[in-house]
Amino acid sequence: MMRDQKLWTWHLAAGIVILVFLGMHMTIMHLNAVIALKGLNPAGGHPIDWANVVSRARSGFFMVTYVILLGAALFHGLYGLRNILFELDPARWLKRTISAVLLVGGLALFVVGTWAAVVARSL
Amino acid sequence: MLESKGHPNRLGIWGWLGGGRWGAERYLYTLHRLTGLGLLAYFLMHILVTSTRAFGPERWKQAMDAVGGLPFKVGEYLVFLAFAFHAINGIRLAIIELGFGVGKPIEPVYPYRTSLDVQRPIAIGVLVLAAVLVVMGTLNFWVLE
Repeated sequence: MMRDQKLWTWHLAAGIVILVFLGMHMTIMHLNAVIALKGLNPAGGHPIDWANVVSRARSGFFMVTYVILLGAALFHGLYGLRNILFELDPARWLKRTISAVLLVGGLALFVVGTWAAVVARSL
Repeated sequence: MLESKGHPNRLGIWGWLGGGRWGAERYLYTLHRLTGLGLLAYFLMHILVTSTRAFGPERWKQAMDAVGGLPFKVGEYLVFLAFAFHAINGIRLAIIELGFGVGKPIEPVYPYRTSLDVQRPIAIGVLVLAAVLVVMGTLNFWVLE
C-alpha cells in the first residue's frame, strides 16, 4: 500500500512535469502558426522540416527536456494504464506479468528515445 | 443502482459509461481515461517514429512521408484535442487530489450539500480552458497552416 502511495505521488509529480514540457512541445509543434516562436523553428516552414528538427536536436536544452519529458510521460502513461488494468481485478500472477511487461517495455522505449536524443545532438 | 457486492470494481469498464450519482464529473473521469489511453497509444508510436531523426535526413523524410497523409493529420488533430482536455482536466484533478477546491467539511444537514457543488465551477473552468485550446489548435491545424 505504501509503495502504491509513493508511485501515485510520482504519477502526480510526473503529470506536472509533462504539463510544462509537453505544453511547450505542443506549442512549438501544433500552435506554431497561432503563437509564432521564430527562434524555435529558425528555418521557418513547418516544425517537422529537417532544418528545424536539426536545429532543435543540436540544442542541449531540447535534448535534456526531451529526455525528461520522455521519462515522465512513459512513467505517467504506463502507470496510469497499470492502474486501469488493475482495477479490473486480474489474478495475482496476471498483475505481476502486467507490471513486468510495462516496466520492461517502458525501459526499452526510454533507452531508444534517449539514444535518439543524444545521437541527434551531433547531426 | 448496481452494487459491487463485496467484489471490488465488479462493474469494470462498464462502470465508465454511467455517471450515476457522481454526476458530470464522472463523465470527465471517463473522458480523462479515454484521452489518456489514446495519448499513450500515440506516444509509444511517436517515440519510435521520431527516433528515426538519429539516422539522418533521408530516414526522417521516409518516416514523415509514411505518416503524412490526411488520415494521419486527422489522427494528430485528435491527439491535440485529447491533449487539450487531458492536460487541463489533469490540473483540476491535481488541485482536488491535494485537497484544494473541495470546500470545508460541514455538518450533514438537510438539504445535503456535497463537495461536488464546490468543485463544479472548477470543472466548468476546465471545459472553457480546454475549449480555448481546441479553438487555437483547430485554427492552427486547418486554417493557418
